[in-house]
Amino acid sequence: MGAQLRVYKRRIRSVSATKKITKAMEMIAASRVVKAQRKVAASTPYATELTRAVTAVATGSNTKHPLTTEAENPTRAAVLLLTSDRGLAGAFNSNAIKAAEKLTAQLEAEGKEVVNYIVGRRGVAHYNFRERKIAESFTGFTDDPSYADAKKVAAPLIEAIETEMAEGGVDELHIVYTEFVSMMTQTAKEARLLPLSLDEVAAEAAPKGEILPLFDFEPSAEDVLDALLPRYVESRIYNALLQSAASKHAATRRAMKSATDNAGELIETLTRLANQARQAEITQEISEIVGGASALADATAGSDR
Amino acid sequence: MAAELHVALVAADREVWSGQATLVVARTTSGDIGVMPGHQPLLGVLESGPVTIRTSEGGTVVAAVHGGFISFADDKLSLLAEVAELSDEIDVQRAEQELERAKAEDDAEAQRRADVRLRAATAAR
Repeated sequence: MGAQLRVYKRRIRSVSATKKITKAMEMIAASRVVKAQRKVAASTPYATELTRAVTAVATGSNTKHPLTTEAENPTRAAVLLLTSDRGLAGAFNSNAIKAAEKLTAQLEAEGKEVVNYIVGRRGVAHYNFRERKIAESFTGFTDDPSYADAKKVAAPLIEAIETEMAEGGVDELHIVYTEFVSMMTQTAKEARLLPLSLDEVAAEAAPKGEILPLFDFEPSAEDVLDALLPRYVESRIYNALLQSAASKHAATRRAMKSATDNAGELIETLTRLANQARQAEITQEISEIVGGASALADATAGSDR
Repeated sequence: MAAELHVALVAADREVWSGQATLVVARTTSGDIGVMPGHQPLLGVLESGPVTIRTSEGGTVVAAVHGGFISFADDKLSLLAEVAELSDEIDVQRAEQELERAKAEDDAEAQRRADVRLRAATAAR
């Protein structure tokens, strides 16, 4: 076998091996998207009921709470960025990071100091490489987040909001995550989580002008709100984590699908080239034999007389 | 037909139980509270404890609930809990082991959790 042909054969073998791997990754990601979507759906009843309850307290009483009061001139804002632990997901992480950078620039233009909280190894690596300060980071659960993970993320954030400004607290909390629109579309999104605007929550819970009854609070409206709001924030963070996970798997599936397609194309081109090389080799061999034979015939024709 | 209320017991990551019931007893921070159809709209903070639901078919559902809320309006009752388990999902042996361990390690939180689980499991029998 000719050297050229051998090189092509070797490359085809290696590309087919890669194709097998990307195909498997694509299939794994596809099944994980479904699982993640199911988790989003399973967490919806809790989120809806919680939103309803928050609305009930908000409309039923005039209670003030640190989580709902706007600071007069906010000077520090926390940004929670949700990325994934692993790459191989196309532009998933860079889109989320880009959205966070944009938000950071905007907040800084408004004269606010930005404190970074990051979920996912990718985001942490990005910020560490640029030697930016990270207040707190959380890793290891982005593929399949549980409610306990959301609680773990929310705890320091709620604490920071409740701390006084002078003692290093923050006035606002923004969250940057990737919204799962469909299998094909995932968009990086930013939202202000705190201070919570109760009117917005109310509009979300009862869009058709539904009138909520007057509730009897047990033990008191303040205590209920005190217990309710942190849970509400946790549930919102949990939802964002789940959506990010679903988006990440969908992005991985798409990236792996195009990798598989590209590998297939490459194999086809290489096969054509290998065929051509093989044919060229055969043609050369034939012409060598023919040439050799006729040279031999000429030589003998000259000698025997 | 007797009046009924619709109960939904939801944990943070799933709906644990939902259906029609005639009476629900839960433990709020200010004491046990029983809710029957036609109760005044109510929103309360739950303590860790067993929740008893008397279903309209006459059966009883007991669940261990760890923190959360009870909200009732329009004959619809929602029990929101971060963690909730039905009594038949509770592994009594494991809960007992956990209780032992929590006692040994002096972990009040874990001890209370295990205790609630055991109480819910025994109440169902």
